Amino acid sequence: MIWLIAGREIGTRLRSKAFRVATVVSVLILVGLALIAKLVGSGPSYQEVGITPAAAALTGSVTSTATAIKVDLHTHAVDEATGRAQVEDGKLDALLVTGTSPIQVVVKTDLDDGLQSVLQLVAQRTVLDQQVTELGGDPAKVAASIATAAVTVTPLTPPKNSNSQQLILGILTSVLIYMSLLLNGQAVAQGVVEEKTSRVVEIILATVRPWQLMVGKVLGLGAVGLIQVAVIALSGVAAGVATDAIDLHITAAFSTIAWLIVWFLLGYAAYSLAFAGVASLVSRQEEVAAVVTPVMMLLIVGYVIGISILPSNPDSGFVALLSLIPVFAPTLMPVRLALGVVPAWQAAVSLAGMIVVIPLLLWFASRIYSNAVLRSGARVRLRDAWRAA
Amino acid sequence: MTRQLEIDGVSKRYGEIVALEGITFEVRAGEIFGLVGSNGAGKTTAMRIVLGVLAADAGAVRWDGRALGPDTRRKIGYMPEERGLYPRMKVAEQLVYLSRLHGMSAAAARASVDVWLERLAVAGRRDDDVIKLSLGNQQRVQLAAALVHDPEILVLDEPFSGLDPVAVDVMSGVLRNKAGSGVPVMFSSHQLDLVERLCDRVGIVRQGRMVAAGTVDELRAGGPEELIVTAPDAPPGWAAGLPGVTVVGQSNGSTRLSLVDGADDQAVLRAALATGPVHEFARSRPSLTDLFRHIVSAPAEGEPA
Ligand SMILES: Nc1ncnc2c1ncn2[C@@H]1O[C@H](COP(=O)(O)OP(=O)(O)O)[C@@H](O)[C@H]1O
Ligand SMILES: [Mg+2]
Repeated sequence: MIWLIAGREIGTRLRSKAFRVATVVSVLILVGLALIAKLVGSGPSYQEVGITPAAAALTGSVTSTATAIKVDLHTHAVDEATGRAQVEDGKLDALLVTGTSPIQVVVKTDLDDGLQSVLQLVAQRTVLDQQVTELGGDPAKVAASIATAAVTVTPLTPPKNSNSQQLILGILTSVLIYMSLLLNGQAVAQGVVEEKTSRVVEIILATVRPWQLMVGKVLGLGAVGLIQVAVIALSGVAAGVATDAIDLHITAAFSTIAWLIVWFLLGYAAYSLAFAGVASLVSRQEEVAAVVTPVMMLLIVGYVIGISILPSNPDSGFVALLSLIPVFAPTLMPVRLALGVVPAWQAAVSLAGMIVVIPLLLWFASRIYSNAVLRSGARVRLRDAWRAA
Repeated sequence: MTRQLEIDGVSKRYGEIVALEGITFEVRAGEIFGLVGSNGAGKTTAMRIVLGVLAADAGAVRWDGRALGPDTRRKIGYMPEERGLYPRMKVAEQLVYLSRLHGMSAAAARASVDVWLERLAVAGRRDDDVIKLSLGNQQRVQLAAALVHDPEILVLDEPFSGLDPVAVDVMSGVLRNKAGSGVPVMFSSHQLDLVERLCDRVGIVRQGRMVAAGTVDELRAGGPEELIVTAPDAPPGWAAGLPGVTVVGQSNGSTRLSLVDGADDQAVLRAALATGPVHEFARSRPSLTDLFRHIVSAPAEGEPA
């Protein structure tokens, strides 16, 4: 029976225009964001350095120094006139004109800091080589032994391992989970009220118990919501990877998606039951907003806290605490997981919290729903729906 | 003994309001039972309790001697007073869904839906959303929803309200048919002439109790007898002074009188003859409508339980 009810919900939802539009728009937005990220070039940007024939001897040294201090650059051999023209119109960021110290560099307005350091080191190296040669040494040997010099780093506090990639994932997770809980929860509320408004609920309840109708609806809409979230998340990550906007390890990307889905399911189970329970109190679509607002506020508060605190302060103890509480866990925990800042015990505590709360909500919502769903007309007070068992 | 649906001492209150107070009656397999009573008498509440949509505070509902459980309830065809279908679901699809909720297999449901849509003359609208249908056609679909799963019991709450005369005939035909095939059919209605024509037995509900139940003839026999006197030349008020006689109505020279027990009807005849010719002098049983008025307007105390 429950599956029959869920099946009807799935069919109806998949055919609903609003649902299809929301899904397609979400996918497009994510793909669009990835494309924009690529166009704006938030990825590694290269310094284009022109090298005139007079400075050609420096090419190898510039490239190796740049690699050593992690500056991305490309070198281009050009003659001086062409090089100056290209600097003028922005094709080159800098043009090396002389090969001996002082190295002369032509730029449009100013020299990039990274490139400045590279050239500084190259110039020092040139001088050093001259001195070594004058003292009768071999510059190549000196260079080789310098290259073996190293620094050993011992951090006293482990570094925050949430980089900007994870931040992007975290923000997207936050938006996606919030939107999907909100939209699917509202679909449940509207479905409940639609059955009351149209009075079809009475003939349905002549065949099944009220809780079966409620659970069937929640399951059906949840199945569709799950597919929707998975499709949006996968297409978002796929677009991100394809455009290089995200270059996460594939397992990191998929564990983010897996957690997102787990938390969508838990959050959806809890919130949709709450939505179904309160929606059964009213009989007209216009009244739905009034009864679902308190539940929606909880979702919104979690989302707003997450999106405003976590990006700048992923280690926030306050947010960590909230994310353990079932009410806020669905909107906060998956975001923290995406940021990679959750100790295992916290993940376990919040999961356990949800697993305890969901059956309680099921019981509570069933009772409210059973008592209120046949009372059409004026809004039923929560207290009356609870007591009239 | 024929199988029967028994409603036995069922009570229900909504807070302070007593909707049913130990109502008892039975509907036998193969008969049409009409439930009449003024608004608020408790008819809808009684039907909802039969369907299990509401729980009774006390009493029992039995079918064939056994308490009605969810499995048997699923075999009831129900038409609620507040009609309702999914507005944005296609007619045939919706009926298939509903029959499957009643436990039918998908294939059997589809076959049955085709039959009933044809029989109720809405086959042409099978792929339209319910909301696009005229009210009359929606009613037909609603009736189909009560019938498609081949119910063992029919419970219809005011099935005739809002029907045009043609649909009334269709509905009457369907109910007779179902009763003919051995299904107990119970329905409520305010159209007493229809109830009188259609029902094998009638129950009159008042304030949550069954105050009278039986065949229409039995009920009428128990009602106050009237005397019809047609004397065209009689002046108004000709019978006013006769002992034990009350004038119920007078029209076209015909006077309806009610007599207390032991009143002398021959005295009435003599008085009538004194005014001129008498064309008709007959005893008459009240119509169901009159009976209903009589019962419903009787004082609340001292009525049969
Ligand atoms: N959900 C309800 N809450 C409170 N009172 C109700 C409810 N449903 C019916 N009643 C009351 O119960 C009594 C019987 O109603 P009902 O069974 O609908 O009568 P009928 O169908 O004969 O008109 C009426 O007084 C009505 O006001
Ligand atoms: Mg009623």
